[in-house]
Amino acid sequence: MTQDPFTDSNSSKKPQSKISPLTSFLRVTEIDTRLAGMAGALLLIWLGFHYYGLFVNGMGAFLTPRNLWNLSVQTSSIGIMATGMVLVIVTRNIDLSVGALVGVTAMMMGILQVEVLPQYLGLGHPAIWVITVIVGLIAGAIIGALHGWLIAYCRIPAFIVTLGGLLIWRGMAFISAGGKTISPVDQTFALLGGGPYGAIGAWGSWVVGLIACAGVLWMMQSGRAQRVKHDFPLRPMWAEVLLAAIGCGTIIGSVLLVNAYPLPKGIIKALAAANNTIVPPEGIFISHGFAIPVLILISVGVLMTILLTRTRFGRYVFAIGGNPEAASLAGINTRWMTLKIFSLMGMLAGLAGAVASARLNSATNALGLLDELYVIAAAVIGGTSLAGGVGTIYGAILGALVMQSLQTGMVLIGFDTAIQQIVVGIVLVLAVYLDNLYRSKSK
Amino acid sequence: MTRTTNTPLVEMRDISISFGGIKAVDHVTVNLFAGEVVGLLGHNGAGKSTLIKCLSGAYRPDHGQVFIDGQKVTINNPRDARAQNIETIYQTLALADNLNAAANLFLGRELINSAGLLDEAQMEAETRKIMARLNPNFRKFNVPVSALSGGQRQSVAIARAVYFNAKILIMDEPTAALGPQETQMVAELIEELKKQGLGIFLIEHDIHNVMKLCDRASVMKNGQLVGTVDVDKVTDDEILGMIIMGKQSNQGV
Repeated sequence: MTQDPFTDSNSSKKPQSKISPLTSFLRVTEIDTRLAGMAGALLLIWLGFHYYGLFVNGMGAFLTPRNLWNLSVQTSSIGIMATGMVLVIVTRNIDLSVGALVGVTAMMMGILQVEVLPQYLGLGHPAIWVITVIVGLIAGAIIGALHGWLIAYCRIPAFIVTLGGLLIWRGMAFISAGGKTISPVDQTFALLGGGPYGAIGAWGSWVVGLIACAGVLWMMQSGRAQRVKHDFPLRPMWAEVLLAAIGCGTIIGSVLLVNAYPLPKGIIKALAAANNTIVPPEGIFISHGFAIPVLILISVGVLMTILLTRTRFGRYVFAIGGNPEAASLAGINTRWMTLKIFSLMGMLAGLAGAVASARLNSATNALGLLDELYVIAAAVIGGTSLAGGVGTIYGAILGALVMQSLQTGMVLIGFDTAIQQIVVGIVLVLAVYLDNLYRSKSK
Repeated sequence: MTRTTNTPLVEMRDISISFGGIKAVDHVTVNLFAGEVVGLLGHNGAGKSTLIKCLSGAYRPDHGQVFIDGQKVTINNPRDARAQNIETIYQTLALADNLNAAANLFLGRELINSAGLLDEAQMEAETRKIMARLNPNFRKFNVPVSALSGGQRQSVAIARAVYFNAKILIMDEPTAALGPQETQMVAELIEELKKQGLGIFLIEHDIHNVMKLCDRASVMKNGQLVGTVDVDKVTDDEILGMIIMGKQSNQGV
């Protein structure tokens, strides 16, 4: 169980002779080696693309605020769904329908906000986006619950139910709008997709960053207090300080990064015109700050982590994945759990549909095409075991970031689509192989 | 044997259950008094585990009733059984291999804090307490139970049954996977629990363990009850005869 916050009290008493300094460092600080490994791999990918661009094309475009900001926005929709896919895969199921669910929920939301709601509320009414998103989430949850019911209560394998769902809901998305593209979406709704207006600016980003830092410090403090209360072994103080510094440093670093990416000149001109000011000749520097879809992804990630690691629901997800029979003998209603998990997955697909259609400013029936594969790949690259019982939310989000980094990076250095597919395929297989190696060694 | 009252702690009366036309348990009646160990014996497939699963809530019998302290109870699922203070140690141990000892011990009955979240630290502390009593050498609190030895896994399964103040304990071959020392540990535990007034159903193949641990023995064959005998009044050969021949012994009925 990688999310377990305590070390084995025994391990620190073992003879230290054979242990390398790195291993003992990781042991004392209790840094999750898998997390460290993934962060390292991500950094390598980023550096690789940047310097490949720099040396081969004469321009390193990857490690720029602009690219990294866009990368974060592009990761959001896949990342949101990957958090739900972790629960599905941990319980030994699979959901192939999430891409089609993005398509159908986005189409429903598109029709609702463009063709239905303005008739009753008037164009641009502030309630439109709220109603639209809620309806999209509920629609996703209902479709997911239907899948879960077929899987849990009618005993149809998840692979078949969701493969059927993939075809059915993609078809539904086409029929519901007669194959048309619904555009443009509600202006407030469009902010969910990011873009120059869909970001919270420099001050907002600092507030978010400081709240996040406070959260990190509070979590570490309360964790330590729990250990003191029950006389469990404590981390040395220097390790606590180091971990807090890494956590807060990462947060502040990303705030600085998103604040270093200015709004484009055209947008600033439009803003200036709206405020009746004139742009000075040297220009005005206005930061993007965190994009709204990224904040949605982070919130989803935090909530799903709490759900998976700190609630009974999450504990039962792991128990079902580890031993379904034992779970049911322990009084867990495994069928009802399966239904709830698929419903949650559907709801997250609805949310991803909102983000994806808002980003494109339109709902098309091809929206989310092949997303199911990227979502499953993200979860698996993030360490979710297809055999069930093992997986983490942060891993899946990092996995989504790895997938998106590969794609973006290859576009930037000019690889064509065919090469991109080949590389992504190889990385997926290799990642799972390395993960197997890691697991068999850590046993 | 200390039968203080005439009302049995558990009575399973006229229980039948069949799977696809095969009668796995066929009109079987067994009972169990407080402070008593009743052995359930028979060949593989005789219906012992199936019978016991009707008491632990894993199966619902087609026919028959269960009485606890003379009161008729309905057990539809494992939760109902636990609510009646019936705890089961399954032959397979029924542990989730990917979870640690504390998570398994509290599975389905997790401790939560005031915010409604799992109280991991409290659960680990409680697990350390009970394991200190059952298996003082147990140290592996923070690894998945898949990393534990057979005996350690067994002690987690036993701890789960004992921790929640069981009145009725069902043990399905608790010593099958254990070495001699650990078997001795389980035997001592059974004696101790008996003294505390628990009633224990023990499914056991080893006739020596039956003679040593059980007060009475109910023998099953082909889903039917061959008979129930007082262990003190019969020889192990007579019990073996019941198991193999399916014939009721004349003594000790």
